Amino acid sequence: MIGQGRLAAWGIGLAALVALPFVYRDPYHLHILVLILIWSFAYTSWSMMGRFGLVSLGHGGFMGIGAYVTALLWNHLGLSPWIGIPISMVAAGALALIVGYPCFRFRITGHYFVLVTLALSGIVLQVITATRDYTGGSLGYTPNRTSGNKLLALQFDDKTIWYLIALGVWLFGIVVWHWVDRSMARYALEAISEDEDAAAAAGVDVTAEKLKITLLSALMTALAGAIYCQYQMFITPDTVSGIAVSLQMVFAAIVGGLFVSLGPTVGAIITILLAESLRIGFGTKAVGWDNLVYGVLLVLFIIFLPKGILGSLLDRLKPQRKVPRAHEQEAVQIARPGT
Amino acid sequence: MQAFLEVFDIYLLEAVINGILLGGVLALLALGLNLIFGVIDVTWICYAELVMIGMYGMYFMVQYYGVSYFVAAPLTILLVAVLGAALHYLVIAPLLTAPPINQLLATGGVLFVLQSFATVAFGIDFRNLGIRLPVLAFGDMNFSYARLLSFAAALVGMVAVYLFMTRTFTGTAIRAISQDRQIMALMGVDTRRIYLITSALGGALAGLAACLLVLQYDVHPFVGLSFGPITFLICVLGGLGNFIGGFIAAFVFAEIISLGGLFSDLEWGYVLAFAFFIVMMFIRPAGLLARRR
Repeated sequence: MIGQGRLAAWGIGLAALVALPFVYRDPYHLHILVLILIWSFAYTSWSMMGRFGLVSLGHGGFMGIGAYVTALLWNHLGLSPWIGIPISMVAAGALALIVGYPCFRFRITGHYFVLVTLALSGIVLQVITATRDYTGGSLGYTPNRTSGNKLLALQFDDKTIWYLIALGVWLFGIVVWHWVDRSMARYALEAISEDEDAAAAAGVDVTAEKLKITLLSALMTALAGAIYCQYQMFITPDTVSGIAVSLQMVFAAIVGGLFVSLGPTVGAIITILLAESLRIGFGTKAVGWDNLVYGVLLVLFIIFLPKGILGSLLDRLKPQRKVPRAHEQEAVQIARPGT
Repeated sequence: MQAFLEVFDIYLLEAVINGILLGGVLALLALGLNLIFGVIDVTWICYAELVMIGMYGMYFMVQYYGVSYFVAAPLTILLVAVLGAALHYLVIAPLLTAPPINQLLATGGVLFVLQSFATVAFGIDFRNLGIRLPVLAFGDMNFSYARLLSFAAALVGMVAVYLFMTRTFTGTAIRAISQDRQIMALMGVDTRRIYLITSALGGALAGLAACLLVLQYDVHPFVGLSFGPITFLICVLGGLGNFIGGFIAAFVFAEIISLGGLFSDLEWGYVLAFAFFIVMMFIRPAGLLARRR
């Protein structure tokens, strides 16, 4: 699918991105870039499910598990994040399977799926707050600074190292996105999002296909949470879990474009730059303004530009492209009415 | 040991009754949301934020302009009703034919807007009405008048809606539309007008809930998050659009939260309620009262 020219463009772009911190070392700008990359990875993870009509508001929960489990294992058991991160991912994946399997088995779709996953992120947020003896509750939590080997503790003071780590993780997300995009699973899932009965009749194992993509998406989201925690060294229930974070993921993915690989990345760039410039421009007076602008944009986007900025741009650039897939034709046919 | 058990029972009874009182307000919220869903087939994710705006309305009218509580309440109900109608007109109406998930996400955007609007306009301080209602002591149990009043007012509100729905032409039209939205247009009912009225009615119920909640809780921009998710879960548990199911589910949830809070922290009450919801979704996906197919 990727032609010679596009491959070359990707290569040059990547080389430039890798070289960037060695040329340009402004810590503040690097910090913003790292944040953009980490959140892009989280949004990409969400969009892996979201693009197939599985709109989950539970990803705040997975991200919270990734961040908190890793930090708790490090502080209480002294377990290196190198082991803690896989454990946290397994925990998030197990939760995704426990909730996902009955959901898909009993065909909970549309509104109902959204609300069940909403309950999931509610649970994770409340559990983190309730176990305040261990997690610090809503005051937040800080992984202990290591005195020994920094690599083992996955704690680095140098922003350049973090930039490269975040870049690698982000690239991994994009590669997985393309891998799914080119696999048979994509066709199966698209068929499912069009019509579950027809897909099942055509021999698609609906439950298994949905579970696979949900598991993948949850694992990646937990990884994003853990990386975010290791980078920021401070997490609160509200910044890594809960409904607000889930909605933020949905918002960024939709603004950037759900159906293109770089869409969530564009969404992350726009939202984070917006928040940062408002913060710098207005200082403490800006509290709330960024979300106000987000909210208005989200509503406007869903009404007028449901394919997102990048998605619409690409369509504009290549009007004679292949016939659009059925679910891209009108508004985002994320879920079917009446299901 | 005997004494311990007696004390325990009193607390248990108190928690049960407080659960019922909490259930009244939750049932009111669920009724409003169910009404919107049943008629327009849209879930307002931002419903609790309308309540929050209403609570601010009450706060400013009572605290700043010295309006009496009983004058401010109807004004607040009117304000939120207008807000509900505006929400429908501006956001939902252009999306009526869009997939339901898009409508849901658009109201999610409105949630952000209302929350941050409150943050920008009113700041993040906790504010309360400053009305201290006495506490009713009954035997060894204590109940706040605020809760009793809310419960009574919520019941009155629900009866009023019931009468409106069954005794007036508009109410009948609303119920008819919730059964078949295509046919009613052919029967000469202006569906757009009915949608707008329903939205205003849903808003009015949120306004009433705001008047009652402001007596018990401090208002801050994120207050909606503390009871919003619960309201959705109640509606889904009762079966979206099923009024009676929502009513029962509200009390089930309120008891779980209240009793869970008795044995441990309030958060665990919520965790229990959420977990109960997820389990129930698997046992009865279409709601408590739905017939099994």
